[in-house]
Formats: sequence, structure tokens, C-alpha cells
Amino acid sequence: MGAIKSWVSRARGIAVPTVMMNERRDSALHRRPRVRESLIEAFLLLCGVLSILTTLGIVYELGHESLRFFTSEQWEATNKELAADVDAATQTILVTNTGSELHPGDNLRVGSEELMVLTVVGDTVTVERGVQGTAPSAHVSGASLERSERVTLGEFLGTTEWNPQIGKFGIWALVNATLMTSLIALLVALPVGLAVAIYLSEYATPRARQVLKPVLEVLAGVPTVVYGYFALTLMTPLLRWIFGADTVKIYNTASAGLVIGILIIPLVSSMSEDALTAVPRSLREAAYALGATKLETAVKVVLPAALSGIAAAFILAASRAIGETMIVAIAAGAGAAFTFNPFEPAETMTGHIVRISGGDLSYDSMDYNSLFAIGLVLFLMTLGLNIISQRIVRRFREAYE
Amino acid sequence: MSALTRTTETFTTQDFSPRLSQRRRAGRIWAVVLQAATVVAMLALIALLVNIIDGAFGYAAVEYTVPPETLSSVPLEDLSQDQLITILREHLSTGLLRRYEAEKPLSERSAEDLYGLVVERVVAPKVVAQWSLLDSVFKREEVLRTAAEQYPDAELRMVSWLTTRFLTAPQSGDPMRAGVRTAILGSLWTVAIALLTAFPIGVGAAIYLEEYARDNAVNRVIQVNINNLAGVPSIIYGMLGLAVFVRMLGRFTSGVAFGLAEPSAANGRTILSAGLTLGLLVLPVIIINAQEAIRAVPGSLREASLGLGATRWQTVWHHVLPSALPGILTGTILAISRVMGETAPLVVIGASTFITVDPSGPFSQFTTLPIQIYQWTSRPQDVFRNLAAAASLVLLGMLLSLNAVAILLRNRYRGK
Repeated sequence: MGAIKSWVSRARGIAVPTVMMNERRDSALHRRPRVRESLIEAFLLLCGVLSILTTLGIVYELGHESLRFFTSEQWEATNKELAADVDAATQTILVTNTGSELHPGDNLRVGSEELMVLTVVGDTVTVERGVQGTAPSAHVSGASLERSERVTLGEFLGTTEWNPQIGKFGIWALVNATLMTSLIALLVALPVGLAVAIYLSEYATPRARQVLKPVLEVLAGVPTVVYGYFALTLMTPLLRWIFGADTVKIYNTASAGLVIGILIIPLVSSMSEDALTAVPRSLREAAYALGATKLETAVKVVLPAALSGIAAAFILAASRAIGETMIVAIAAGAGAAFTFNPFEPAETMTGHIVRISGGDLSYDSMDYNSLFAIGLVLFLMTLGLNIISQRIVRRFREAYE
Repeated sequence: MSALTRTTETFTTQDFSPRLSQRRRAGRIWAVVLQAATVVAMLALIALLVNIIDGAFGYAAVEYTVPPETLSSVPLEDLSQDQLITILREHLSTGLLRRYEAEKPLSERSAEDLYGLVVERVVAPKVVAQWSLLDSVFKREEVLRTAAEQYPDAELRMVSWLTTRFLTAPQSGDPMRAGVRTAILGSLWTVAIALLTAFPIGVGAAIYLEEYARDNAVNRVIQVNINNLAGVPSIIYGMLGLAVFVRMLGRFTSGVAFGLAEPSAANGRTILSAGLTLGLLVLPVIIINAQEAIRAVPGSLREASLGLGATRWQTVWHHVLPSALPGILTGTILAISRVMGETAPLVVIGASTFITVDPSGPFSQFTTLPIQIYQWTSRPQDVFRNLAAAASLVLLGMLLSLNAVAILLRNRYRGK
């Protein structure tokens, strides 16, 4: 008994009163709370949780500001004026025939009062007075009318003109440019990247691999702004020289897309190579034993076996291409345009965000909030692709372990 | 039935050989194609480097308001103080002279200072045209002829846009005098802040996930979340930084809350905001790298330590971390080199592009090297493209040296 007590007390490093020891004999050998250890563990957990807070921060800010974008009102001048004095009770008002047309359902503002248009017959407008909690009041002839502009989700996702100055917020103009640059980039990066991966994993001598892999790493490590410079000063002149300076504009999506393609070659090649080298040797040896040539082994046996890993690489590359910013900001042009011609300038989602936020931006303006709506679309697109890519990788890992 | 007859058919070598040679030829052709693709990737890198070097050097036609040879027969650098003062008195307006005298009397200024004034105010060189290095070397005759025809008054000289003056001079609107000192300092400040915040948190999270976390829903969510964060475009982090650090916490990031800045003039677009944003951006990269390094530490080390009665934290602190440290540091250096090249999030946060004073602390406005490159590249005047090329060389030099440190560290670690 005494031996156990002294052992326990030595293990705890403190003197234990005998009486207490006898009473709590069993529990003394159990796990005791260690304050220091628990604190450290709690701190480390906090570090991990911080990453979740980052995600929540991104989702909250993008969502919150986007919501304001879709709910905030913007007053646009109709260039119409009241043609006659109006008192607080009149439902029918006379307007000048200048400016833009009014439609039933329009929300108008005269002074501090808001009106809703019910019917329009020529210049005679029937309205509901004092809507949106404002009080009807008298207005004199010549008071100007403003119309409320609110961007609806349908308009945002369904139209193709992006021109904040005149209240046009159709995101397809930007999404289309993003898809074009990304598609061009993938057309370059996927075949070249995959070919490099097959060469490195199946053909290259260890020595060649030793030289080539660091070079690809350097290619991946060059800052994107330098690639932007490259696109503008080498790729664009090259395209203009090949296709003619009349066809190819100084800023165009083709040049930006091609250079993004070069940028993501290392990503595609290194991820695909990992997938190819993970294929067990036995598969290759079996193919050789059946008399297959090196090419047949690589293309018909190893490649199909690594397909899911390669697909994951392709999808991740697409996500990188969509999120790429500086190259398009420098080389693709400023000013949203809905065009399918790769030699015309067009602005991508990322390019637009950079250009607008680089200037003087006032908070809570329509411009400011619209950037977050674009950001949300961008975030969801890349997140979706990343999740798909990870799913594929996980399934692929299960196949050979 | 037909299948059976096919399998029992006998083939001779002659039946195989024509197809065999065909298959081998296809193999050879494709081997060349695959190799060619690799060469294309290499060529892209070479083209990129050549393009930058091409822009950073070359002929420039420089026009002077007053040609230096008319001022004195010996080079201006060799003139004495008195001679330089005489030149200044001859060529400058009295108003301007009085202003300089008021700043610091001319007679008390050093010869170097006076020489700078003479070059800036009297000689006033101006670049009227410039050529790339390749043109300057391979089309020299043509360049000389064009320069003589179009800019008869200009002096044609070989210029390196990357000079020690370029490294040490602050930003300027005049391409002959612009430099990247403020940008380099801004880059160093932001990277330092990003590192100070992201490194401890990142390593902490990695230790938690590798050494403490049980396989439960919460921890799986953390892990998946980190992997997803690593794939979020950097510009999204810029928007987060703009909304949170610049706007929401503007009082703190501008220094107003600490009484370090004037509330009326200050805004949250400071080095601190930028550093914190970059810290968030690089956090998942550091976590993932550190996790890999910690995972590579053999389990026997942990078991030995735990078996001797060490607590979990003692095991981590005294055994796991020291042996994972080289790996963690290598990963961190690579993460830094990524942060150093980031441009988009900083543009979104609103880094000021025209800053001529060195940043003095975390609450000052700033510009960074990549932003400087972006700004110069998007200027319409061609001469700024040469500056962008020179600045790109500086940036690449910094990144390559960082990578070299990482490789050295890795090799040393491997040797042990």
C-alpha cells in the first residue's frame, strides 16, 4: 500500500496526504487534468479554427455586400419634369415628354416623396402617392422625376451588358470573358502539361528529370504580374505579327489566355505526374510482358489507371485559370464587352474587380457592392471546381491503397 | 464459333512484323512529340526571361535641355563645387536659385549634391526613344539610322535600366530618375507582417491537426476547409481584406485607435492591412506544408518520448518540432516567395502606387514591387515598360535567392 502511495506521489511530483490518498486511491491513478497541456491544446485548436473563420469571413462579406447590391436602390434621372403643379391628393400627374419612357410599376421620386406608376397614357401618368413610407406633398411644375433602379438577380444573371454608369449589371459580359481566357488557357495547358507529365514519368532519364523538374518549379514560381508583362510585350506583338495588326487589338483575350496557359502548365504537369507515378509498377510490367510498346503501355495502361488523378489536375487547373487576375488585368483590356472574338479586348471578372477597386472607390456605392457580387460568383465557381477535384482525388487514392 | 477459330489460327512472324514496325514507328513519333511538348514548356520559360532582359537593357535616345559638353570640357562629375555653383548660377532662374539657397545654401552643399542639381535642372536629360536589347544588338545599324534621322539632337547611348541608382532611388514620375526603393521596402514590410502572423498560427494549426486532432467531424471539416482555402483565388482574399481590415477594422489598421495617426487623413489602406491580408492568404499554404513536414517525422520518435513519460506537448515541443523544423522552414520560405509576388489582393486593398517616401511603420501607406511593375506596365508611355522589366528582374532576383535558401536548407537537412 505504502509502496503504491509513494510511487504515485513521486509520479505526480507532489506530496500526497495519506488520508486523502486512501480515500481517492483509485482515482489517483486515473488521468488527471493537466491545465498547461489543455491550454496548449485549446490554443492549437484555435489556430485550426481560425481557418474556418477565414472561410466564414469570406462567405459573410461576399454574401452580405452582394445582398446590399441586390437590395439597394439607385436613383436615376429620367430627364422628365412635372408639367403642372401637383397637390398632395392628386393621383393623375402631367409630365413633360422629354427623357426616358415611364412604365407601370416604376418607382419614382419627386423631392422626398416616392410615387408608384400605375398607368401611363401619353404624358398623363396615374400614380399611387406616398409609397415606401413617404408622405404625399405638393410639388411645383418643373420638379424633376427620378426613377429607382434596383438590380434584380434575374437581370444580373440573365443579361449580357455590364455598364455600371447606366445601371446595366449583366454579369455574362464578364463571365464570358473569363470563360474565354480560361478555355484558351486550358487548350494550351492541358495537352502540353499532360505530355510533359507522361514524358517525365515514363520516358525521361533520371538525369533529365533532375534538370526539368526544377525548371518547371521556377516557371510556376514566377509572379503573375511578370507573366502579365510577358503577355503584353511579347505574346500580343507576336499574335499581331502572325494574324495582322488589324485583326488583333492591342488588348485581347487570346494573348492573356495563352499566357495563363503557360502559367498553369507546371500545375497540370506536376499533379498529373504524381498521378502517373502512383500507378503500381506491376501494371507496366504486365503490359510489357504482353508485348506492348512503351507508348502503348503509357497511353493504354498507365494513363487510364491514373485518369482520375489527371482529371483532378485538369479541374484544378481550370479553377486556377478562372481565378487568375494580373495577366488579364494587364493584357485582356479594360472595359467589359460581350464578344466571342478572342482578338477583341474584353474584361474578365477578376480584371474588372482589380480595375475598379484600384481606382478611387467609395464604400457602399453601387460599384463597390457590385464587386462583391462578382466576387461571390467567382468564389462559388472556383470553390465548386476545387471540391469536385478533391472528391476525385479521394476516390483515386482509395483505388490503390 | 468464329472466336474459337480465331484463337486456334496460327500466326507466323511475317504476320506480325509489318504491324510491329508500325507500332514501333508510332512509339518513336510520339516519343518525339512528348519530348517536344517538354521543350515547349522550357522555351516558354526562356522566352519569359529573355523578354524581361530584353526590356531591361538597350539603346536610348536622350535629349538634353543643355548638352553637358557645352557646360564644361571635362566630365561634369569631375568639376569642383565652385565650378558647379557657377554653372547653376548661370543657368537657373533667380527664383529657383533663391528657393535652393533657402533650403540649404549652395556653398554648403556637397559636390555630389550640386552635381545632382546640375543634372536635374540644367542638363535635364529626357528619354525620347528607346530600343530593346535584341534590337540594339542585332539591328544596330537600323537603330543608329532611325535615331539620327528622327532625333538629330539626341544622344544615343546604351542604357541599363537596372542600376544601383534604380535600386536606391524612390519612385518618381521621371523615368530617368525613378527607382524601386520605396517598393522594395514596402514589399519587405508586408511580407514580414504576413509572416509574423501566419507562421505561428499556421504551425500551430498543423500541430493540432497532426498531433492532437482525433478523427471526428469537426477536425475533418477543418482539414477540408484548409484544402479549399488553398484554392481560393487570391483576389477574393483581397476583397476580404478590403471589407474586414481596411473598412471594419479601419480604426486599428490606420493607427487612429492607438493615437498614431491623424483621424482626418488616415485610412485603413496601410501596410498592416496588407500584411494581415497576405497572412490570411498564405496561412493554408503554410499549414499544408507544415503538416507534411510533421507527418514525415517517424512515429518511433513520438512513441519513445511518450514511453518515457513525457506529456504530449513535451513530445511535440522537444522531439517532433525540432526534427520537422527544416521541412517547415523550407515550406515557409516557398510560401514567402509566393506572397512576395502577390499583386491582385494588394491592388484591391488599395496600395497607393505613387509613393515617394519610405514607409515608416505598419501604419504608413505603401507600394510593393509587384504593384510597381503592374503600374509601370499599364502606363501608356513605352519607356515605363523598360522600368517594369528592370523591376521584374529585381523581383525575380529576390525570389530566386529565397528559393536558393530553401533548396540549401532542404539539402542540408537531407544530409543529416
